[in-house]
Amino acid sequence: MIIPMRRPEGAAAREVEEKELREYLVNIAREVRWDIVRMIGLAGSGHPGGSLSCADILVCLYFHKMNHDPKRPDWRHRDRFVLSKGHAAPALYAVLARSGYFDRDELWKLRRLGSMLQGHPDRLKTPGVEISTGSLGQGLAAAVGMALGLRMEGNPARVYALIGDGESQEGGIWEAAMLASHQRLDNLTAILDNNGLQIDGRCCDVVGLGDVPAKWRAFGWEVLEVDGHDVLDICSALDEAEGFQRPCMIVAHTVKGKGVSFMENNVDFHGKAPTPEEMEKALKEIEGS
Amino acid sequence: MRTSFFSALELLYAQDRDVVVMTADLGYKLFDPFKEIDAERFYNMGVAEANMIGVAAGLALCGKKVYCYSICPFLVMRPFEQIRIDVAYHDLDVKLVAVGGGLAYGLEGITHHGLEDIALMRSLPNMTVVVPADPKEAASFARLSYNHRGPMYVRLCHTNEPSIHEDEPEIKIGKATVLLEGTDVALLAVGRMVYSAMQAASILGSNGITASVINMHTIKPLDMDTIEKCCAGHDAIFTIEEHSIVGGLGSAVAEVISERGYQGIFKRFGVDRTRKYVGCADYLREKHGLNPEAIAENIKAILRERRQDGN
Repeated sequence: MIIPMRRPEGAAAREVEEKELREYLVNIAREVRWDIVRMIGLAGSGHPGGSLSCADILVCLYFHKMNHDPKRPDWRHRDRFVLSKGHAAPALYAVLARSGYFDRDELWKLRRLGSMLQGHPDRLKTPGVEISTGSLGQGLAAAVGMALGLRMEGNPARVYALIGDGESQEGGIWEAAMLASHQRLDNLTAILDNNGLQIDGRCCDVVGLGDVPAKWRAFGWEVLEVDGHDVLDICSALDEAEGFQRPCMIVAHTVKGKGVSFMENNVDFHGKAPTPEEMEKALKEIEGS
Repeated sequence: MRTSFFSALELLYAQDRDVVVMTADLGYKLFDPFKEIDAERFYNMGVAEANMIGVAAGLALCGKKVYCYSICPFLVMRPFEQIRIDVAYHDLDVKLVAVGGGLAYGLEGITHHGLEDIALMRSLPNMTVVVPADPKEAASFARLSYNHRGPMYVRLCHTNEPSIHEDEPEIKIGKATVLLEGTDVALLAVGRMVYSAMQAASILGSNGITASVINMHTIKPLDMDTIEKCCAGHDAIFTIEEHSIVGGLGSAVAEVISERGYQGIFKRFGVDRTRKYVGCADYLREKHGLNPEAIAENIKAILRERRQDGN
């Protein structure tokens, strides 16, 4: 059996002190945020709020946790990542490009005619995208299927799925949650980007999710809670999640629009691109952070 | 029909460790042999059809050939979006095997009737749509589905279907089977209605009308050649299906013959969803004019009417 290899960057990163790891990941996250804002700004449409809220989580996965190889997107032993909240595609595209799945210049063609980067992730168009998502509530079931399939063939790879809090209003999330714990899928880690907002306002005002960690516990999952913008906190939870005998949900408390002051906790930026002036302002703010 | 399909599949399941079988809590006892062969590859997914399809897609992405089973509406209509995106768009090796296509679950009521499934499934890219006509064909399609790579919808009836074949027939996906050759009218039928079409042809024959009977077991890809030959050789074409007259075999054939400028008589026989009857399957077939006598009578009436118009 092939022993999964960590990417050199990841391996190098793991060997440095925590402080250096933090600096390494925070720097990448800053660049990823810059890319997210610029690509949505240039496209003139997209979802900045939920892309920025999950940027740190995706950076920790792709630059620290996951075994993957951008040169071999079909590598059998790769860890799988499913972006169930598909509208955060710009965040995924930014980490995929920076990992080396495709040229970073592709980012500036987001949503353009003929681009490999459409509004929501498309497995058939973009290297590194495991499954097309964008219809909310569907990704977690596919991730559960991947985890079952890997376990069936004794493949040690893990499956990660990122879901949204607004998305958790979909019944499909809970069907998948029930099955994952029933099957004791210890190779599955889900992360909730718990930013508290959806298109029309606060989740608690639209259809409240109640006590989210308690709900996942009641569905038979291990639950960890992290500050979704503290990279070391995220990394240690991702490590801890591997040690359980059942699936683990990491509830990541995040801020929608994180990193751009006028987008933070501003529901207007759920699905609206910044104007050219707003984009320049946001990019400057990120550069200075 | 259901038993013969799954008996044939059982052998393939025993031979190939990449075959996974799933049910959404239906098929009581049907899957016991699968559990005995290998319980690790058979899943009762609970009453959660949409989840079953999503999980099947994930498994297919890991190289598995996944069979999903349920009653027609629950397998096709509830999880339509998962089928559309997860399975069809990605062209994954997932087979959807529905039982109760048409009016088979008559007494259970309209929640259990499968009357729009062909319309939905044939609208999807990459999806192959097949409808066995009798138990022998169902067994053939178990093997054909296994050898086919990509998404496939297999519409089964249920039990006690009349046989049209004594032995397992030679079937080719996408190639309709001509069962009878006549010169006056062509009856294009699907599923259980193939047998009814044969009987209707016999009634028509005793009235001096010779009918071709074509078993349109593959709805997608549709056999254009055979349909074109029907157009060339007959003055009247009739489609017969246990499905809504909207979107099924009749619509598929109409699309082809209208684009090719067919000038003859064309009529669809199927279920008119605006008529709401309660009863067993045979009663419902009769009420919808899908018994052989009604089919033959309706054809005779249409031909008579046209002849009068012509005069």
